[in-house]
Amino acid sequence: MHDANVSRSADSFVPLTASAVLVNPVGLHARPSVKLTQLAKSFAAKIEIALDADGPWTDAKSPVKVMRVKAPQGATLHFRVTGADGETALATLLALVHDGFGET
Amino acid sequence: MSSSKTVNVGIVIVSHSLKIAEGAADMVRQMVGDAVPLAWTGGDVDGGLGTNVAGILEAIDAAWSPSGVAILVDLGGAETNSEMAVEMLPEDRRGRVVVCNAPVVEGAVIAATEASGGSSLSAVKRSAEELYA
Repeated sequence: MHDANVSRSADSFVPLTASAVLVNPVGLHARPSVKLTQLAKSFAAKIEIALDADGPWTDAKSPVKVMRVKAPQGATLHFRVTGADGETALATLLALVHDGFGET
Repeated sequence: MSSSKTVNVGIVIVSHSLKIAEGAADMVRQMVGDAVPLAWTGGDVDGGLGTNVAGILEAIDAAWSPSGVAILVDLGGAETNSEMAVEMLPEDRRGRVVVCNAPVVEGAVIAATEASGGSSLSAVKRSAEELYA
């Protein structure tokens, strides 16, 4: 007998998680939210963000939902990424946060 | 120019005030970038506060994309005139232009963000309308 919970689907991936501290002064406000959403949309993987490792998780490809997270400077942004290009997506997203969203 | 470039949905901003329309467009350009066709119109034909169908038609034409155009409006007349402008479009374009039920400034930024990722017209509209959800 097979365990019904074991997924045999070729397109199932283990979610990758990582976190980064928001270093830019305004935190995750309008402009950084737009950048984050645009970057997330450039990957096929499912990408979610949260302020707590336990969630609640927000779809990083939804500009409205990302803006509603309202994460301030110093907050830790958690990522959960699931998909074939997940590793690249995660690395690129973390780089964006570490870089302060390109803001000075 | 790359032939594989995604054709993004265009955004049109319609306000009673030309300054608001222009300012909202500035925000879109600065926050979202140049990847989205964008046009704006505001004011009546005499340059006062209001909207006019001819101006809206011109803006739709300027922001035209084969993927469609999403219009963001402010108050009453902006919406009815935009709907009238859509009715006046050639038949092959009419079905690819939608008026979003969203606040004009925030809606324009959100719609453009969604459009910049290559999303469909219905996804762009849905995303802007999440602001009132």
